[in-house]
Amino acid sequence: MEGLSVSDANLVVYVHPSRSKNVSQAILRELSSLLFKFNETFDGVVLAYAVNALDKHARILSGVHPYFGVRLKANLLLFSPKPNMLLEGKVVKLMRESIHVIVLGFSSAVIVDEDIRDEFRYKSKRGEGKYVSRVHKRHTIKVGTMIRFLVKSLDEEILHISGSLIPDHTGSVGWLDGDVKNSTTESNKKRKQPDGEIEVQELGIASGDTHSVNNDREIKKKKKRRNAEEH
Amino acid sequence: MGVELAHHFNGEVQEMEDVNFSDSELVYHVRDALISVQSGDSDSYHQLVGVMHHSQRLAPDEVALLVTSLKALSGAVSYIDNVHHDSLLNSIFGMSMWNYGPDVMDALLELIISLAASNGKYIDSCLDMLVGNFMPPMYFVDALKQPRGQKKKEQVLSRVHTALEDIATLVPMAALRLSSIVVHRMPTTFFKKSLEKDRLKYRTEIYMENMLRLESGSIREFVGSRMLMAVVDMLIELDLEDMDDIAAGDDDGDEEIDNGELPATLSQRSLGKNIVADLLDSMMVQVFEHLEFCANNKRLSEVFETLLDSFMLTILDTYKSKFAQFVMFYACALDPENCGVKFATMLVDRFVFGDNPLTRMSAVAYLASYLARAKFLSTAFVASMLKRLVDWCLEYCKTQDGDVNPKAHRVFYSGCQAIMYVLCFCMRSIVDVPWLKSQLLLMPIERILKHKLGPLKVCLPSIVEEFLKQAKAARLFTPSETFMFEDLLESDFSRDFGGLERLDMFFPFDPCLLKKSDRNFIRPNFVYWKHVRTSYGSDDEDSSDEDINEDFVTMNEDNFMEEGMARSPDEQHLDLDEFDHAMNKMSITPKNGLNYRFGGDKMQMPSRIRPSTSPESL
Repeated sequence: MEGLSVSDANLVVYVHPSRSKNVSQAILRELSSLLFKFNETFDGVVLAYAVNALDKHARILSGVHPYFGVRLKANLLLFSPKPNMLLEGKVVKLMRESIHVIVLGFSSAVIVDEDIRDEFRYKSKRGEGKYVSRVHKRHTIKVGTMIRFLVKSLDEEILHISGSLIPDHTGSVGWLDGDVKNSTTESNKKRKQPDGEIEVQELGIASGDTHSVNNDREIKKKKKRRNAEEH
Repeated sequence: MGVELAHHFNGEVQEMEDVNFSDSELVYHVRDALISVQSGDSDSYHQLVGVMHHSQRLAPDEVALLVTSLKALSGAVSYIDNVHHDSLLNSIFGMSMWNYGPDVMDALLELIISLAASNGKYIDSCLDMLVGNFMPPMYFVDALKQPRGQKKKEQVLSRVHTALEDIATLVPMAALRLSSIVVHRMPTTFFKKSLEKDRLKYRTEIYMENMLRLESGSIREFVGSRMLMAVVDMLIELDLEDMDDIAAGDDDGDEEIDNGELPATLSQRSLGKNIVADLLDSMMVQVFEHLEFCANNKRLSEVFETLLDSFMLTILDTYKSKFAQFVMFYACALDPENCGVKFATMLVDRFVFGDNPLTRMSAVAYLASYLARAKFLSTAFVASMLKRLVDWCLEYCKTQDGDVNPKAHRVFYSGCQAIMYVLCFCMRSIVDVPWLKSQLLLMPIERILKHKLGPLKVCLPSIVEEFLKQAKAARLFTPSETFMFEDLLESDFSRDFGGLERLDMFFPFDPCLLKKSDRNFIRPNFVYWKHVRTSYGSDDEDSSDEDINEDFVTMNEDNFMEEGMARSPDEQHLDLDEFDHAMNKMSITPKNGLNYRFGGDKMQMPSRIRPSTSPESL
């Protein structure tokens, strides 16, 4: 999945004098207030932070309230989806007109029917809807499926993404990654894949909000392999 | 049977195909209507808006039209533009679910949920619309008292809350916005002059019911604690509002203040006061019931954490609240071993380790009143809390060399007064248990009270006197000098250490005067002074104790302990414009207010303590 990165940041936290008794706590609180909000400076949403190094000295500002500025180094896990990036999320609602997805457990995304390629046909059975590919019968998207989609735009205030399933390499992650050869063997094929790929799938489906940088690379490898095959 | 089912199933699929087909036709029609507005052709669009506006007394076909339109709109939300279609959006957001039947409600909610999930910019308006539906429109309030009204209420509220949860599932960040919106829309108008008081009162109660429902619903981890804190804030505001009302309204009420005589017609203003008191009463009852519900679902400890935080932040430093603190009292009563203990421990910690002297004094006043009045606390626990207070006071004494100085050592004096107050209530129970008695005898109380700082001179004389009487009877200690208080309720010294806030006369858990809250919830857990066995009281059957206390009551027009340290007689003819008086209005309502509220009950403010004529104790 794209859009996730870890960056090193040099920060200065300004602490109010009333908090001077416990500076570390004040700093952690301040950093926590950054979480799950879009930040212009970082150009992304801070998902997690880890403080690396804290300066021993701080500079006191002159003014009515003598705040003091503590310099520190921190690692920040940032989520900054940009247009044309590929993201993965879990489908939570599926209708004829739209697919609603949750990315990383907190960000909502919607894909409207115009942005779903014609390959997919909406079917409704017993009140449950699903999208089935006309070309590959086994490529289905239902509530609970992890799908990979393209980012069209992002509403920074509420972290709402508008997505698209037009490109060919979008769709159900399980299908795209688990069935590299597009073979039509029996349903057990997922289990027969080499271990590495199963790992990727499980990580993707089970814990949508913990993506390591390694995972990123693995997925990219698979895509490259598939692309290479298709050409 | 198998064959029938199969047939039915096939039929279903068939039907669905048909229905789906016509549904999508409708959706495309609506989409066209929406798109064509931009190109200037807004006829179909205006038709659509017109359908939305129709609300009262809908005929069945109008209902069907509304439902179909709403459903079609749900499919076309991505085409709704907030600039070109603002009249449509306004009419959608202005719809009140209370006006319609379940079909329309469902369709409307489907639309709202789709709208919220489709675009970030509509989320706030959608949440706002749903929160607005917490309360029925004014005309509907009276209908709520009937069964059909109750049924409608349940229909609406269950759907609204489900919709909120659905939106939170689709757009997780919306849950965070929700608390702000709910708090923002809280009814806060205090309707003293309004003619529709009853209805406003009922609506406020329903709103609070919704807030508590959110607190225990499935999105509670995002909104729960904020809801609870907002509820407590509302209680405090009403509590204080009540008091301001009384203070403001007494200027021309002097002639109505007769002992126990209720004026024939209550003035408009007093009606207003009654309404606020009633509202506070019913809201407290709602909170109590909610706490019981949480306790039954084993959630009380997590709810208690929030309550405790809220208390420490707001109630503790508001010396004027009379009843809001009983929320804590009841929560502790529901779980004495955990919550009860935690509350007392937090208070004593704040006293011992706190920085701000006023907060410390307030904390120890709360502690003393709580330990004295909580029937559900074990005597052993009370003794352990006493020990902590005594230990602190002793440490303080050791470092001090000065004389009586009420202002400088006010925290110390409030600590001593707290010890004496608790012992007035609990001495007998402690002394009756041998191992606790020896604990008590080991505590260096004598040393503290006889110290140069002279707490016996500075603390409230009425408390000191009662304490000394009991201490003598229990052979705890005898003071080296006799104190002649002449039945004083308070002294200059006590006023000094109490300060402007009169923390010397602060007994926050004095009997709760709100009828419904008291009768059903507080009373079973509450210790009344007249039921306290004192160490000089007789050991015979309870009846004789009752008699003695009865004498006390009739002679004194009530014992000071019951009503707490309220007013000395000279304060009854106050000039209400005095700043002093306003500051003195802490947890005790003045006599005037009581008469207004409770129709001149026998509850009268204490005057002085008459000399006791009860037989000498053993």
